[in-house]
Amino acid sequence: MTAMTAVESAVLGAPLQPLVRLEQATVRFGDVVALRAVDLALHRGERLVVVGANGSGKSTLLRLLHGLVPCTGNRATFPLAPGGRAPVMAMLFQRPFLLSVSVRWNMLPALWLHGVRGRAERERRCHQALQRVGLERMAGRPARSLSGGQQQRLALARAWVIEPDLLLLDEPTANLDPSAKREVEELIEDVARAGVTIVISTHNLGQAKRLGTRVAYLEAGRVVVDLPVDRFFTDRLPREAEQFLKGELPWT
Amino acid sequence: MHPFTDSFVLALRLIGNVDAELVRIVGLSLRVSVTACAIGGTLGVLLGTWLAATRIALRPVAVWFVNTLLALPSVVVGLIVYLLLSRSGPLGSLGMLFTPKAMVVAQSLLVIPLFAALSRRLLLDALSEGGDQLRSLGAGRLQSALLMLVHERLGMITVILTAFGRAISEVGAVMVVGGNIEGFTRVMTTAIALETSKGDLPLALALGIVLLGVVGIVNLVISLLPGRTAAGREAFA
Repeated sequence: MTAMTAVESAVLGAPLQPLVRLEQATVRFGDVVALRAVDLALHRGERLVVVGANGSGKSTLLRLLHGLVPCTGNRATFPLAPGGRAPVMAMLFQRPFLLSVSVRWNMLPALWLHGVRGRAERERRCHQALQRVGLERMAGRPARSLSGGQQQRLALARAWVIEPDLLLLDEPTANLDPSAKREVEELIEDVARAGVTIVISTHNLGQAKRLGTRVAYLEAGRVVVDLPVDRFFTDRLPREAEQFLKGELPWT
Repeated sequence: MHPFTDSFVLALRLIGNVDAELVRIVGLSLRVSVTACAIGGTLGVLLGTWLAATRIALRPVAVWFVNTLLALPSVVVGLIVYLLLSRSGPLGSLGMLFTPKAMVVAQSLLVIPLFAALSRRLLLDALSEGGDQLRSLGAGRLQSALLMLVHERLGMITVILTAFGRAISEVGAVMVVGGNIEGFTRVMTTAIALETSKGDLPLALALGIVLLGVVGIVNLVISLLPGRTAAGREAFA
């Protein structure tokens, strides 16, 4: 049984609605192979945590799941049932890029781009999203004058405002202090509770335990382990994953 | 007195006396260059945005061509516009030669490569920083580049000032297509060239000082536009 099917049968049960599937997906940047022959299936409602050292390919995997980088092999997205519409995806980056405009004007382009009609509806959703991350009073402030934690919350609101089915989070708390980290984690929990499928990359194994239902370990662009979260921390893992756990756990 | 001292005194006297001819010349210079920057800027920025966003195979050639045009001598632009607008030229029927309109056309052509190359560079830097993030929100390449124009609007003001400086200070093109006709197509630079050729160097230098003063005032007005941030003011530092 492959790692993927083990996860499907052990944790998620059937029938599962697939969102994105990678088959033998390889991503190259010039001579550098960032991902090697990755097989991975993502289903609705999952919370996949991707762990691994720097340069292991975590960010590239998230970008590939979103479709931001091309690959050889196969990447397929599946229409949602019922209705058959394509899944909406959003991504939160480790260092959020905010336009040099106000907080509110950072939100509105996302809504335009997703075809949200009507100024009133756009304003309502914008206000609701900012309220959710506690930035509604800062709507008129220049986005780039916010603190690091506030910028990350704004980026999360901007991703959330388009009501994604899949939210990809690339080390969303890596540069934050413990208090801001806790705030962002709580928001991610909120989003996940609303039924959004989450993929989050992190170095923090404590965060993986808190937020994930499934953990994949990457090394040198390969998915070495892909297991339900409880088994990831209890099962005997391949040597490289064990070493990573030993190195990381004392710091969580 | 020294010619430089004479020039400063003369420049101050011209401004102080509100010389009607000087006012007319300054007015025409501003009108032609501002219009040329508006037309050339629109076309040039659109071209630069497209060059920053497109992935067509011929893009490197197009970028090389635009960058090469940065060195286009203004007198050559004047010559090309002259050939196009002269009676025997393809656009001769428009009757634009030796009019301010012809000067606008020439200056527009002169600033298009400048707008295109500088805005492309600005956008590429911005897209390398945040292009993926905009695309993750659903923006296509061109939409991302257009959003970056808003993001880089303060940098774009510097581009506009650079282009305006090139337009208002060039002499070759407007001389060829405008003809330096007194009271009709004479602008600051052609007036300076004329006074120099007549040997009235203090007056020529005085006009140069006035030209520099006009550009300085335009820069100051733009730098004081409302809504500018500290980051924006740094662009002028």
